[in-house]
Amino acid sequence: MNTKNKYERPVINKFYSGMMNKFGSQTIASPLKEIEGKRLNDLTDKFGSPLFVLSEKKIRQNQKSAIRIFKTRYPKVQFAWSYKTNYLNAVCKIFHQEGSWAEVVSEFEYEKAKLLGVRGENIIYNGPEKSRESLITAIKDRAKIHIDHFDELYDLIELTDELKLKARVAIRVNMDVGIFPKWDRFGFNFENGEAHQAIRRITAQKNLELIGLHTHIGTYITYAESYKVAASKLMNLANWIYDEYKITIDYIDMGGGFASLNTLKGQYLPAEQTVPSLDQYADAIANGLLEVRYKGEELPTLYLETGRALIDDAAYLISTVIANKRLSDGTRALIIDAGINFLFTSFWYKHKISQATEADAHTENTAIYGPLCMNIDCINEGMNFPAMKKGEKIVMEYVGAYNMTQWLQFIKMRPNIIMIMNDGSIELVRKAETLNYLLEQELLPLKLT
Amino acid sequence: MNKYRIPENLAISDSGFLFLASTGETFSVNEIGKEILKGIQLHKTDEEIINDLLNDYDIDKQSLQKDFDDFILQLQKNNLALL
Repeated sequence: MNTKNKYERPVINKFYSGMMNKFGSQTIASPLKEIEGKRLNDLTDKFGSPLFVLSEKKIRQNQKSAIRIFKTRYPKVQFAWSYKTNYLNAVCKIFHQEGSWAEVVSEFEYEKAKLLGVRGENIIYNGPEKSRESLITAIKDRAKIHIDHFDELYDLIELTDELKLKARVAIRVNMDVGIFPKWDRFGFNFENGEAHQAIRRITAQKNLELIGLHTHIGTYITYAESYKVAASKLMNLANWIYDEYKITIDYIDMGGGFASLNTLKGQYLPAEQTVPSLDQYADAIANGLLEVRYKGEELPTLYLETGRALIDDAAYLISTVIANKRLSDGTRALIIDAGINFLFTSFWYKHKISQATEADAHTENTAIYGPLCMNIDCINEGMNFPAMKKGEKIVMEYVGAYNMTQWLQFIKMRPNIIMIMNDGSIELVRKAETLNYLLEQELLPLKLT
Repeated sequence: MNKYRIPENLAISDSGFLFLASTGETFSVNEIGKEILKGIQLHKTDEEIINDLLNDYDIDKQSLQKDFDDFILQLQKNNLALL
Protein backbone atom coordinates (compact mmCIF):
# COMPACT_ATOMS: atom_id res chain seq x y z
CA MET A 1 0.00 0.00 0.00
CA ASN A 2 1.29 3.42 -0.96
CA THR A 3 1.72 5.50 2.18
CA LYS A 4 3.37 8.46 0.54
CA ASN A 5 1.73 11.86 0.41
CA LYS A 6 -0.09 13.12 -2.67
CA TYR A 7 2.26 15.16 -4.80
CA GLU A 8 1.52 18.64 -6.08
CA ARG A 9 4.10 20.55 -8.07
CA PRO A 10 5.78 23.40 -6.16
CA VAL A 11 4.14 26.75 -6.85
CA ILE A 12 4.99 30.30 -5.91
CA ASN A 13 2.69 33.27 -6.42
CA LYS A 14 3.62 36.85 -5.91
CA PHE A 15 1.07 39.20 -4.36
CA TYR A 16 0.49 42.48 -6.10
CA SER A 17 -1.19 45.37 -4.37
CA GLY A 18 -3.68 47.41 -6.34
CA MET A 19 -4.05 44.83 -9.11
CA MET A 20 -7.41 43.34 -8.25
CA ASN A 21 -10.59 44.35 -9.95
CA LYS A 22 -14.13 43.87 -8.74
CA PHE A 23 -14.49 40.68 -10.78
CA GLY A 24 -11.44 39.06 -9.18
CA SER A 25 -9.55 36.48 -11.14
CA GLN A 26 -10.09 32.80 -11.53
CA THR A 27 -7.35 30.73 -9.96
CA ILE A 28 -8.97 27.33 -10.03
CA ALA A 29 -9.21 25.73 -13.45
CA SER A 30 -11.87 23.15 -14.16
CA PRO A 31 -11.03 20.48 -16.70
CA LEU A 32 -13.11 19.48 -19.71
CA LYS A 33 -12.59 15.73 -19.80
CA GLU A 34 -15.44 14.69 -22.06
CA ILE A 35 -17.43 15.92 -25.01
CA GLU A 36 -20.94 14.48 -25.00
CA GLY A 37 -19.79 11.56 -22.89
CA LYS A 38 -16.72 10.78 -25.01
CA ARG A 39 -13.39 10.96 -23.19
CA LEU A 40 -11.00 13.23 -25.02
CA ASN A 41 -8.09 10.82 -24.59
CA ASP A 42 -10.12 8.01 -26.16
CA LEU A 43 -10.91 10.23 -29.13
CA THR A 44 -7.28 11.20 -29.74
CA ASP A 45 -6.10 7.62 -29.20
CA LYS A 46 -8.30 6.60 -32.10
CA PHE A 47 -8.17 9.64 -34.39
CA GLY A 48 -4.87 11.31 -33.48
CA SER A 49 -4.00 14.76 -32.25
CA PRO A 50 -4.77 17.52 -32.96
CA LEU A 51 -8.39 16.66 -33.61
CA PHE A 52 -11.47 18.71 -34.45
CA VAL A 53 -14.66 17.38 -32.88
CA LEU A 54 -18.11 18.47 -34.08
CA SER A 55 -21.44 17.83 -32.42
CA GLU A 56 -24.44 16.97 -34.59
CA LYS A 57 -26.76 17.50 -31.64
CA LYS A 58 -25.48 21.01 -30.97
CA ILE A 59 -25.73 22.06 -34.62
CA ARG A 60 -29.33 20.89 -34.84
CA GLN A 61 -30.20 22.51 -31.51
CA ASN A 62 -28.67 25.81 -32.61
CA GLN A 63 -30.56 25.88 -35.91
CA LYS A 64 -33.89 24.85 -34.37
CA SER A 65 -33.52 27.42 -31.64
CA ALA A 66 -32.64 30.20 -34.12
CA ILE A 67 -35.67 29.39 -36.28
CA ARG A 68 -37.95 29.49 -33.24
CA ILE A 69 -36.47 32.77 -32.03
CA PHE A 70 -36.97 34.55 -35.37
CA LYS A 71 -40.32 32.97 -36.28
CA THR A 72 -41.86 34.10 -33.02
CA ARG A 73 -41.01 37.68 -34.00
CA TYR A 74 -41.49 37.82 -37.76
CA PRO A 75 -44.01 35.72 -39.72
CA LYS A 76 -41.88 34.54 -42.64
CA VAL A 77 -38.29 33.47 -42.03
CA GLN A 78 -35.83 31.50 -44.12
CA PHE A 79 -32.28 30.63 -43.06
CA ALA A 80 -29.53 29.97 -45.61
CA TRP A 81 -26.41 28.25 -44.33
CA SER A 82 -23.30 30.35 -44.85
CA TYR A 83 -20.98 27.91 -46.61
CA LYS A 84 -17.82 29.93 -46.05
CA THR A 85 -18.25 29.61 -42.27
CA ASN A 86 -17.94 25.84 -42.46
CA TYR A 87 -18.43 24.00 -45.73
CA LEU A 88 -17.81 20.47 -44.57
CA ASN A 89 -20.40 18.28 -46.28
CA ALA A 90 -21.54 16.80 -42.96
CA VAL A 91 -22.11 20.26 -41.48
CA CYS A 92 -23.91 21.66 -44.54
CA LYS A 93 -26.10 18.58 -44.81
CA ILE A 94 -27.31 18.92 -41.23
CA PHE A 95 -28.26 22.55 -41.80
CA HIS A 96 -30.07 21.64 -45.02
CA GLN A 97 -31.93 18.86 -43.21
CA GLU A 98 -33.01 21.46 -40.67
CA GLY A 99 -34.54 23.49 -43.50
CA SER A 100 -31.72 25.88 -44.23
CA TRP A 101 -30.91 26.84 -47.81
CA ALA A 102 -27.38 27.50 -49.08
CA GLU A 103 -25.62 30.87 -49.10
CA VAL A 104 -22.49 30.65 -51.20
CA VAL A 105 -19.81 33.15 -52.17
CA SER A 106 -17.81 31.25 -54.74
CA GLU A 107 -18.17 28.97 -57.68
CA PHE A 108 -16.96 25.88 -55.85
CA GLU A 109 -19.28 26.53 -52.91
CA TYR A 110 -22.13 26.82 -55.43
CA GLU A 111 -21.22 23.45 -56.95
CA LYS A 112 -20.82 21.92 -53.49
CA ALA A 113 -24.33 23.02 -52.55
CA LYS A 114 -25.73 21.47 -55.70
CA LEU A 115 -23.86 18.23 -55.05
CA LEU A 116 -25.44 18.19 -51.61
CA GLY A 117 -28.85 18.28 -53.26
CA VAL A 118 -29.77 21.95 -52.79
CA ARG A 119 -32.00 23.11 -55.63
CA GLY A 120 -30.73 26.12 -57.58
CA GLU A 121 -33.67 28.28 -56.54
CA ASN A 122 -32.67 27.64 -52.92
CA ILE A 123 -29.13 28.89 -53.42
CA ILE A 124 -28.22 32.48 -52.64
CA TYR A 125 -25.21 33.41 -54.74
CA ASN A 126 -23.28 36.19 -53.02
CA GLY A 127 -19.80 37.61 -53.28
CA PRO A 128 -17.80 40.06 -55.36
CA GLU A 129 -16.38 37.47 -57.78
CA LYS A 130 -18.79 35.49 -59.91
CA SER A 131 -17.40 34.15 -63.17
CA ARG A 132 -19.48 34.41 -66.34
CA GLU A 133 -19.69 30.60 -66.42
CA SER A 134 -21.02 30.46 -62.88
CA LEU A 135 -23.49 33.25 -63.60
CA ILE A 136 -24.79 31.29 -66.60
CA THR A 137 -25.28 28.25 -64.35
CA ALA A 138 -26.98 30.37 -61.70
CA ILE A 139 -29.32 31.97 -64.27
CA LYS A 140 -30.27 28.56 -65.66
CA ASP A 141 -30.72 27.15 -62.13
CA ARG A 142 -32.94 30.10 -61.18
CA ALA A 143 -30.66 30.76 -58.23
CA LYS A 144 -30.94 34.02 -56.32
CA ILE A 145 -28.08 36.14 -57.60
CA HIS A 146 -27.08 38.96 -55.28
CA ILE A 147 -25.38 41.60 -57.38
CA ASP A 148 -22.32 43.16 -55.78
CA HIS A 149 -21.24 45.82 -58.28
CA PHE A 150 -22.17 47.48 -61.57
CA ASP A 151 -19.76 45.38 -63.64
CA GLU A 152 -21.56 42.27 -62.47
CA LEU A 153 -24.88 43.90 -63.28
CA TYR A 154 -23.71 44.65 -66.84
CA ASP A 155 -22.47 41.06 -67.18
CA LEU A 156 -25.90 39.82 -66.16
CA ILE A 157 -27.65 42.11 -68.63
CA GLU A 158 -25.41 40.82 -71.39
CA LEU A 159 -25.74 37.16 -70.41
CA THR A 160 -29.51 37.16 -69.99
CA ASP A 161 -29.85 38.80 -73.41
CA GLU A 162 -27.60 36.17 -74.96
CA LEU A 163 -29.32 33.28 -73.20
CA LYS A 164 -32.76 34.79 -73.59
CA LEU A 165 -33.42 33.79 -70.01
CA LYS A 166 -34.54 35.75 -66.98
CA ALA A 167 -32.24 36.08 -64.00
CA ARG A 168 -33.67 36.37 -60.49
CA VAL A 169 -31.62 39.03 -58.76
CA ALA A 170 -31.27 41.06 -55.61
CA ILE A 171 -28.74 43.76 -54.84
CA ARG A 172 -26.44 43.88 -51.89
CA VAL A 173 -26.77 47.22 -50.16
CA ASN A 174 -24.18 48.78 -47.88
CA MET A 175 -25.14 51.53 -45.47
CA ASP A 176 -24.22 53.52 -42.43
CA VAL A 177 -25.70 51.80 -39.39
CA GLY A 178 -23.63 53.65 -36.85
CA ILE A 179 -20.87 51.10 -36.39
CA PHE A 180 -17.19 51.01 -37.19
CA PRO A 181 -15.76 49.72 -39.46
CA LYS A 182 -18.38 50.55 -42.07
CA TRP A 183 -18.53 47.73 -44.59
CA ASP A 184 -18.88 49.73 -47.77
CA ARG A 185 -16.72 47.66 -50.08
CA PHE A 186 -19.54 45.22 -50.84
CA GLY A 187 -22.66 46.09 -52.75
CA PHE A 188 -24.23 49.44 -53.56
CA ASN A 189 -24.41 52.31 -51.11
CA PHE A 190 -27.78 53.32 -49.70
CA GLU A 191 -27.04 56.87 -48.60
CA ASN A 192 -25.37 58.17 -51.76
CA GLY A 193 -28.07 56.84 -54.10
CA GLU A 194 -25.96 54.12 -55.71
CA ALA A 195 -28.41 51.42 -54.61
CA HIS A 196 -31.33 53.36 -56.14
CA GLN A 197 -29.36 53.76 -59.37
CA ALA A 198 -28.68 50.00 -59.52
CA ILE A 199 -32.37 49.30 -59.00
CA ARG A 200 -33.30 51.76 -61.79
CA ARG A 201 -30.89 49.90 -64.09
CA ILE A 202 -32.30 46.47 -63.11
CA THR A 203 -35.94 47.43 -63.48
CA ALA A 204 -35.22 48.77 -66.95
CA GLN A 205 -34.13 45.29 -68.07
CA LYS A 206 -36.76 42.88 -69.31
CA ASN A 207 -34.59 39.88 -68.38
CA LEU A 208 -33.74 40.86 -64.82
CA GLU A 209 -36.31 40.15 -62.16
CA LEU A 210 -35.72 42.08 -58.95
CA ILE A 211 -36.81 39.73 -56.17
CA GLY A 212 -35.00 40.91 -53.07
CA LEU A 213 -32.73 43.23 -51.14
CA HIS A 214 -29.69 42.14 -49.20
CA THR A 215 -27.33 43.64 -46.67
CA HIS A 216 -24.58 42.30 -44.47
CA ILE A 217 -23.52 45.03 -42.11
CA GLY A 218 -20.34 43.46 -40.75
CA THR A 219 -19.02 40.67 -38.64
CA TYR A 220 -19.13 39.96 -34.89
CA ILE A 221 -21.56 42.85 -34.39
CA THR A 222 -22.06 43.34 -30.66
CA TYR A 223 -24.55 46.19 -30.98
CA ALA A 224 -27.89 44.61 -31.89
CA GLU A 225 -29.60 47.95 -32.60
CA SER A 226 -27.42 48.32 -35.73
CA TYR A 227 -29.54 45.59 -37.27
CA LYS A 228 -32.66 47.58 -36.56
CA VAL A 229 -31.24 50.54 -38.45
CA ALA A 230 -30.23 48.28 -41.34
CA ALA A 231 -33.60 46.50 -41.46
CA SER A 232 -35.57 49.73 -41.52
CA LYS A 233 -33.33 51.20 -44.23
CA LEU A 234 -33.88 48.13 -46.42
CA MET A 235 -37.62 48.25 -45.77
CA ASN A 236 -37.66 51.92 -46.76
CA LEU A 237 -35.81 50.99 -49.94
CA ALA A 238 -38.37 48.25 -50.58
CA ASN A 239 -41.13 50.86 -50.21
CA TRP A 240 -39.33 53.16 -52.65
CA ILE A 241 -39.20 50.27 -55.15
CA TYR A 242 -42.93 49.73 -54.72
CA ASP A 243 -43.70 53.44 -55.06
CA GLU A 244 -41.57 53.81 -58.18
CA TYR A 245 -42.15 50.52 -60.00
CA LYS A 246 -45.04 48.75 -58.21
CA ILE A 247 -42.70 45.80 -57.63
CA THR A 248 -43.35 43.73 -54.52
CA ILE A 249 -40.08 42.11 -53.51
CA ASP A 250 -40.03 38.52 -52.23
CA TYR A 251 -37.50 38.93 -49.49
CA ILE A 252 -35.19 41.05 -47.39
CA ASP A 253 -31.91 39.31 -46.62
CA MET A 254 -30.25 40.59 -43.45
CA GLY A 255 -27.07 38.57 -43.97
CA GLY A 256 -25.08 37.46 -40.96
CA GLY A 257 -22.59 38.95 -38.52
CA PHE A 258 -24.10 37.90 -35.20
CA ALA A 259 -21.37 37.46 -32.59
CA SER A 260 -20.67 34.12 -30.95
CA LEU A 261 -19.52 33.52 -27.39
CA ASN A 262 -15.86 33.98 -28.21
CA THR A 263 -14.16 36.90 -26.52
CA LEU A 264 -12.21 39.23 -28.79
CA LYS A 265 -8.60 40.02 -28.03
CA GLY A 266 -8.40 43.39 -26.38
CA GLN A 267 -11.91 42.98 -25.01
CA TYR A 268 -11.99 43.51 -21.25
CA LEU A 269 -15.20 41.75 -20.31
CA PRO A 270 -15.88 38.18 -21.42
CA ALA A 271 -18.18 37.60 -24.39
CA GLU A 272 -20.86 36.11 -22.13
CA GLN A 273 -21.35 39.62 -20.73
CA THR A 274 -21.01 41.65 -23.92
CA VAL A 275 -22.51 39.64 -26.77
CA PRO A 276 -26.23 40.16 -27.44
CA SER A 277 -28.40 37.05 -27.37
CA LEU A 278 -30.01 35.79 -30.56
CA ASP A 279 -33.30 37.07 -29.13
CA GLN A 280 -31.90 40.59 -29.00
CA TYR A 281 -30.73 40.40 -32.62
CA ALA A 282 -34.13 39.01 -33.62
CA ASP A 283 -35.95 41.77 -31.74
CA ALA A 284 -33.87 44.42 -33.47
CA ILE A 285 -34.39 43.00 -36.96
CA ALA A 286 -38.10 42.26 -36.57
CA ASN A 287 -38.77 45.69 -35.06
CA GLY A 288 -36.77 47.39 -37.80
CA LEU A 289 -38.76 45.61 -40.49
CA LEU A 290 -42.21 45.87 -38.93
CA GLU A 291 -42.02 49.44 -37.69
CA VAL A 292 -41.68 50.61 -41.30
CA ARG A 293 -45.00 49.54 -42.76
CA TYR A 294 -44.44 47.74 -46.05
CA LYS A 295 -46.52 49.13 -48.89
CA GLY A 296 -46.23 46.12 -51.20
CA GLU A 297 -48.81 43.40 -51.65
CA GLU A 298 -47.24 40.89 -49.28
CA LEU A 299 -44.73 41.19 -46.47
CA PRO A 300 -41.29 40.10 -47.70
CA THR A 301 -39.74 36.96 -46.23
CA LEU A 302 -36.82 37.57 -43.88
CA TYR A 303 -33.70 35.72 -45.02
CA LEU A 304 -30.83 35.15 -42.62
CA GLU A 305 -27.35 33.96 -43.49
CA THR A 306 -26.28 33.30 -39.91
CA GLY A 307 -23.03 31.37 -39.77
CA ARG A 308 -20.78 31.90 -36.76
CA ALA A 309 -23.55 32.05 -34.15
CA LEU A 310 -24.91 28.66 -35.28
CA ILE A 311 -21.70 26.64 -35.51
CA ASP A 312 -18.99 28.14 -33.29
CA ASP A 313 -20.04 26.36 -30.09
CA ALA A 314 -20.63 23.06 -31.89
CA ALA A 315 -16.93 22.35 -32.37
CA TYR A 316 -13.85 21.69 -30.25
CA LEU A 317 -10.18 21.37 -31.05
CA ILE A 318 -8.27 18.85 -28.95
CA SER A 319 -4.52 19.31 -28.83
CA THR A 320 -1.57 17.69 -27.05
CA VAL A 321 1.09 19.39 -24.95
CA ILE A 322 4.48 19.03 -26.62
CA ALA A 323 6.61 20.92 -24.11
CA ASN A 324 6.76 23.34 -21.21
CA LYS A 325 9.07 26.33 -21.31
CA ARG A 326 9.98 29.44 -19.40
CA LEU A 327 10.31 32.63 -21.39
CA SER A 328 13.14 35.05 -20.61
CA ASP A 329 10.93 37.09 -18.29
CA GLY A 330 9.89 33.99 -16.33
CA THR A 331 6.49 33.60 -17.99
CA ARG A 332 5.49 29.99 -18.36
CA ALA A 333 4.84 28.80 -21.89
CA LEU A 334 3.16 25.72 -23.27
CA ILE A 335 3.83 24.38 -26.74
CA ILE A 336 0.94 22.40 -28.18
CA ASP A 337 0.54 20.47 -31.43
CA ALA A 338 -2.13 22.74 -32.93
CA GLY A 339 -1.09 26.17 -34.11
CA ILE A 340 -2.59 29.16 -35.80
CA ASN A 341 -2.60 27.17 -39.03
CA PHE A 342 -5.54 25.16 -37.64
CA LEU A 343 -6.92 27.81 -35.34
CA PHE A 344 -6.98 30.84 -37.59
CA THR A 345 -9.51 32.59 -35.37
CA SER A 346 -6.94 32.79 -32.55
CA PHE A 347 -5.64 35.86 -34.38
CA TRP A 348 -8.64 37.74 -33.03
CA TYR A 349 -10.23 35.56 -30.33
CA LYS A 350 -9.15 34.67 -26.83
CA HIS A 351 -10.44 31.12 -27.20
CA LYS A 352 -11.70 29.33 -24.15
CA ILE A 353 -9.00 26.75 -23.41
CA SER A 354 -9.29 24.00 -20.81
CA GLN A 355 -7.15 21.10 -19.71
CA ALA A 356 -8.56 17.64 -20.41
CA THR A 357 -7.30 16.06 -17.21
CA GLU A 358 -7.43 16.90 -13.53
CA ALA A 359 -4.54 19.24 -12.97
CA ASP A 360 -3.10 21.31 -10.19
CA ALA A 361 -5.51 23.60 -8.47
CA HIS A 362 -2.94 26.35 -8.93
CA THR A 363 -2.84 28.28 -12.14
CA GLU A 364 -0.15 30.51 -13.52
CA ASN A 365 0.00 33.07 -16.26
CA THR A 366 0.86 30.96 -19.31
CA ALA A 367 1.48 31.73 -22.94
CA ILE A 368 0.28 29.03 -25.34
CA TYR A 369 2.19 28.51 -28.56
CA GLY A 370 1.59 26.23 -31.52
CA PRO A 371 4.17 23.90 -33.05
CA LEU A 372 5.05 26.00 -36.09
CA CYS A 373 8.57 27.28 -36.39
CA MET A 374 7.20 30.80 -36.70
CA ASN A 375 7.14 33.50 -34.06
CA ILE A 376 3.57 34.45 -34.90
CA ASP A 377 2.31 31.01 -33.92
CA CYS A 378 0.79 32.11 -30.63
CA ILE A 379 -2.63 30.83 -29.58
CA ASN A 380 -2.81 32.88 -26.38
CA GLU A 381 -0.29 35.46 -25.16
CA GLY A 382 -1.11 34.87 -21.52
CA MET A 383 -3.89 33.24 -19.56
CA ASN A 384 -4.26 31.61 -16.14
CA PHE A 385 -3.63 27.95 -16.75
CA PRO A 386 -2.58 25.00 -14.61
CA ALA A 387 0.72 23.22 -15.14
CA MET A 388 0.51 20.57 -17.83
CA LYS A 389 2.76 17.64 -18.54
CA LYS A 390 4.08 16.68 -21.96
CA GLY A 391 1.51 14.45 -23.63
CA GLU A 392 -1.48 15.78 -21.71
CA LYS A 393 -4.44 17.11 -23.66
CA ILE A 394 -5.98 20.53 -23.78
CA VAL A 395 -9.16 21.52 -25.56
CA MET A 396 -10.22 24.73 -27.25
CA GLU A 397 -13.89 25.59 -27.44
CA TYR A 398 -16.02 27.66 -29.86
CA VAL A 399 -13.92 26.78 -32.89
CA GLY A 400 -16.64 25.75 -35.35
CA ALA A 401 -16.71 28.95 -37.42
CA TYR A 402 -14.10 29.66 -40.08
CA ASN A 403 -11.34 27.44 -38.68
CA MET A 404 -12.26 24.48 -40.86
CA THR A 405 -12.39 26.69 -43.94
CA GLN A 406 -9.66 29.27 -43.34
CA TRP A 407 -7.15 26.77 -41.98
CA LEU A 408 -3.81 26.47 -43.68
CA GLN A 409 -1.84 23.49 -44.80
CA PHE A 410 1.41 25.03 -43.63
CA ILE A 411 4.28 23.10 -42.06
CA LYS A 412 1.78 20.55 -40.80
CA MET A 413 -0.94 18.61 -42.57
CA ARG A 414 -4.50 19.37 -41.58
CA PRO A 415 -5.87 16.90 -39.01
CA ASN A 416 -8.90 14.62 -38.81
CA ILE A 417 -12.33 16.03 -38.14
CA ILE A 418 -14.85 13.81 -36.41
CA MET A 419 -18.50 14.29 -35.57
CA ILE A 420 -20.30 12.92 -32.54
CA MET A 421 -23.64 11.91 -33.95
CA ASN A 422 -27.05 12.16 -32.32
CA ASP A 423 -27.05 8.41 -31.63
CA GLY A 424 -23.72 8.64 -29.81
CA SER A 425 -21.66 7.11 -32.61
CA ILE A 426 -18.55 8.82 -33.93
CA GLU A 427 -18.01 9.48 -37.62
CA LEU A 428 -14.88 10.66 -39.37
CA VAL A 429 -16.11 13.55 -41.54
CA ARG A 430 -12.80 14.72 -42.99
CA LYS A 431 -9.67 12.67 -43.21
CA ALA A 432 -6.31 14.02 -42.07
CA GLU A 433 -4.16 15.11 -44.98
CA THR A 434 -1.13 13.08 -45.99
CA LEU A 435 2.02 13.78 -47.96
CA ASN A 436 0.36 12.06 -50.94
CA TYR A 437 -2.51 14.55 -50.72
CA LEU A 438 0.03 17.35 -50.97
CA LEU A 439 1.98 15.77 -53.80
CA GLU A 440 -1.13 14.99 -55.83
CA GLN A 441 -1.29 18.60 -57.01
CA GLU A 442 2.42 19.01 -57.72
CA LEU A 443 4.18 18.49 -61.03
CA LEU A 444 7.94 18.15 -61.22
CA PRO A 445 9.24 19.28 -64.62
CA LEU A 446 11.08 16.47 -66.40
CA LYS A 447 14.06 18.79 -66.84
CA LEU A 448 14.51 18.75 -63.08
CA THR A 449 14.44 15.01 -62.59
CA MET B 1 25.06 19.25 -7.29
CA ASN B 2 23.99 22.76 -6.39
CA LYS B 3 23.51 24.47 -3.12
CA TYR B 4 21.28 27.51 -3.08
CA ARG B 5 20.76 30.06 -0.37
CA ILE B 6 17.81 32.27 0.36
CA PRO B 7 18.00 35.94 1.36
CA GLU B 8 18.63 36.41 5.06
CA ASN B 9 15.68 38.74 5.47
CA LEU B 10 13.14 36.32 3.95
CA ALA B 11 10.54 35.23 6.48
CA ILE B 12 8.70 31.94 5.80
CA SER B 13 5.53 31.28 7.78
CA ASP B 14 4.11 27.80 8.43
CA SER B 15 1.22 28.55 6.13
CA GLY B 16 3.58 29.24 3.19
CA PHE B 17 3.41 33.02 3.32
CA LEU B 18 6.72 34.67 2.39
CA PHE B 19 7.78 38.19 3.29
CA LEU B 20 10.95 39.69 1.88
CA ALA B 21 11.73 42.46 4.33
CA SER B 22 14.31 44.21 2.13
CA THR B 23 11.77 45.01 -0.59
CA GLY B 24 8.42 44.56 1.15
CA GLU B 25 7.37 41.95 -1.42
CA THR B 26 5.07 39.12 -0.37
CA PHE B 27 4.52 35.70 -1.89
CA SER B 28 2.71 32.48 -1.21
CA VAL B 29 4.01 28.98 -1.79
CA ASN B 30 2.26 25.64 -1.54
CA GLU B 31 3.34 22.82 0.77
CA ILE B 32 6.03 21.38 -1.50
CA GLY B 33 7.31 24.83 -2.39
CA LYS B 34 7.62 25.51 1.32
CA GLU B 35 9.55 22.26 1.88
CA ILE B 36 12.01 23.18 -0.87
CA LEU B 37 12.56 26.60 0.69
CA LYS B 38 13.01 25.03 4.13
CA GLY B 39 15.55 22.62 2.62
CA ILE B 40 17.48 25.51 1.14
CA GLN B 41 17.28 27.31 4.46
CA LEU B 42 18.85 24.23 6.12
CA HIS B 43 21.73 24.44 3.58
CA LYS B 44 20.80 21.19 1.85
CA THR B 45 21.96 20.54 -1.71
CA ASP B 46 19.42 20.22 -4.52
CA GLU B 47 19.96 16.45 -4.58
CA GLU B 48 19.31 16.17 -0.86
CA ILE B 49 16.13 18.19 -1.16
CA ILE B 50 14.91 16.10 -4.10
CA ASN B 51 15.68 12.83 -2.29
CA ASP B 52 13.80 14.03 0.79
CA LEU B 53 10.78 14.83 -1.34
CA LEU B 54 10.98 11.49 -3.15
CA ASN B 55 10.83 9.74 0.20
CA ASP B 56 7.76 11.66 1.27
CA TYR B 57 5.74 12.13 -1.91
CA ASP B 58 4.26 9.90 -4.56
CA ILE B 59 6.20 11.17 -7.57
CA ASP B 60 8.90 9.86 -9.92
CA LYS B 61 12.36 11.40 -9.92
CA GLN B 62 12.28 12.79 -13.45
CA SER B 63 9.01 14.68 -12.97
CA LEU B 64 10.16 16.01 -9.62
CA GLN B 65 13.49 17.12 -11.09
CA LYS B 66 11.64 19.07 -13.80
CA ASP B 67 9.31 20.74 -11.31
CA PHE B 68 12.19 21.49 -8.96
CA ASP B 69 14.22 23.19 -11.73
CA ASP B 70 11.19 25.20 -12.76
CA PHE B 71 10.52 26.25 -9.16
CA ILE B 72 14.15 27.30 -8.65
CA LEU B 73 13.91 29.44 -11.80
CA GLN B 74 10.86 31.14 -10.32
CA LEU B 75 12.66 31.70 -7.02
CA GLN B 76 15.67 33.14 -8.84
CA LYS B 77 13.48 35.41 -10.94
CA ASN B 78 12.05 36.83 -7.71
CA ASN B 79 15.49 37.03 -6.05
CA LEU B 80 14.49 34.39 -3.52
CA ALA B 81 17.19 31.82 -4.34
CA LEU B 82 20.82 32.60 -4.92
CA LEU B 83 23.54 30.21 -5.96
